[in-house]
Amino acid sequence: MLDPKIIQKDFPIFESNPDLIYLDNAATALKPRAVIEAMNQYYFEYSTNVGRGLYPLAESATLAFEEARKTVARFIHAESKETIVFTSNATQGINLVALGIEHQLNNTHTIVVTELEHHSNYLPWKELARRTGAKLRSVHFTGAGMIDANHLASLIDEKTSVVAFSAVSNVFGVVNPVKELISTVREKNQKALILIDACQIAGHCSIDIEDWGADFVVFSGHKLFGPTGIGILAGKRQSFERLIPMNVGGGTVLDACSPETEYKSLPENLEGGTPNIAGAIGLAEAIRYVEAIGLKAIHEHEVALTHSTLQKLQAAFGNAINILGTEDTERRVGIISFTLDGLHPHDLAHLLGEENICVRAGEHCAAPLHRALQLPATTRLSLSIYTTGEDIDRLIEAMGQIRSIFEPQKRAF
Amino acid sequence: MTLYQDQILDHYRNPRNFGSLEKPTNQASALNPTCGDSLHMDITVENGTIVDVRFNGSGCAISLASASLLTEHVKGKSAETISALEPKTVLELLGVPLSPVRLKCGLLSLETMKKALTNK
Repeated sequence: MLDPKIIQKDFPIFESNPDLIYLDNAATALKPRAVIEAMNQYYFEYSTNVGRGLYPLAESATLAFEEARKTVARFIHAESKETIVFTSNATQGINLVALGIEHQLNNTHTIVVTELEHHSNYLPWKELARRTGAKLRSVHFTGAGMIDANHLASLIDEKTSVVAFSAVSNVFGVVNPVKELISTVREKNQKALILIDACQIAGHCSIDIEDWGADFVVFSGHKLFGPTGIGILAGKRQSFERLIPMNVGGGTVLDACSPETEYKSLPENLEGGTPNIAGAIGLAEAIRYVEAIGLKAIHEHEVALTHSTLQKLQAAFGNAINILGTEDTERRVGIISFTLDGLHPHDLAHLLGEENICVRAGEHCAAPLHRALQLPATTRLSLSIYTTGEDIDRLIEAMGQIRSIFEPQKRAF
Repeated sequence: MTLYQDQILDHYRNPRNFGSLEKPTNQASALNPTCGDSLHMDITVENGTIVDVRFNGSGCAISLASASLLTEHVKGKSAETISALEPKTVLELLGVPLSPVRLKCGLLSLETMKKALTNK
């Protein structure tokens, strides 16, 4: 088992904030020193552009950037480094696919998403449907917080052109059986483009995109201890060939002067403009950091801590707390969303914030999910490798104190 | 406990003018999409004066206390004056400084009321 107290020493933020209890890792994870230093090293020692320069420093930058691509490819078991596209975040990756496939859609097609999606994996498809006249269909989720496989199967037919869903909901924190769900789609439709939002699984469980069989997988760097402003769009080469490059410009072109512009091959044709070089280098360092701890150890820590946290919450608040999703913690990553009777999530999160305990309140960019549950808002805890059992004890003690201030039983309505 | 003064907790626990009116002359609903709060207001305006007002909905202590305080404040005042009410006045009613994130909570009531006064 990993020791979160020792892990904390790798994260400089705990030096400037010694009492910090950070439980908003599903929004963004904290950054280890190694990641910050790798990026600083680029900025201090070889901050040149990639791909173009012929001098040694530019070659160093290009080498580090392309090594980062290889590291990402290894991390998610991609077929080659050429099928790894650096984006600014997962959202941009999804938009590149939605815009790039638009020319193949019309009003006879359907696009299938799910009700548990983050807005990032919902709005690009909703807008694509609006622009093309295609019908948008939403798959229900189960009480366990997972995609309803039967409902998914019922919505897929030969007219389905895109299927997009999350490996893990950012509210439920429950791991969907991605491979099986993709097989369900493929039994009914061989050609539909399948995109997996892997933001909440990357860095928590291993990803094997070949094994999943998805056309595209996206995730962001900052949720797996990397910097902000860098994300990944990975996929099958043949799937990328279906996309029209939608972010063209410097670095994407072979012949800009010919009547039919001739673009470079993957991945450069999709990476218009100077990329986030430091971000890619930082992301690769974050991946090495995760690999050094080991995904198995990370997952075991999260499962054990989630399990004890659920027990402590139920012991402290009984029937007053409603925790979303399955109690089977083996199927969860460290995300716990809940409502607590008589206490609005905003008030709870604000008052916990005054105690230096960082949690999230609201819809978590997942309005369709909250609408389906008829909940205006939830409070979300998301644990990580530096979260200790004592952190959870302090959280629950503070929640109890806040609850007593609000005295829900005294409320007049 | 900087934000949650007794006055706010009192108005949250015992909101004034909570409920609805049978025949309001004006009404509106508004949402705070970032936190899922929703407010509805019923207002009766007679000869340009706000004679009665009720609100309902769900929200955090700040948004509900602000609605409660605002409904108390506007009764008997001219609809025209309230339509031009500055956010500053609502924040003064709350009596606590709000961070930019919580401003939306504190001002949802004013937004709903102004919307209602233009809705018949």
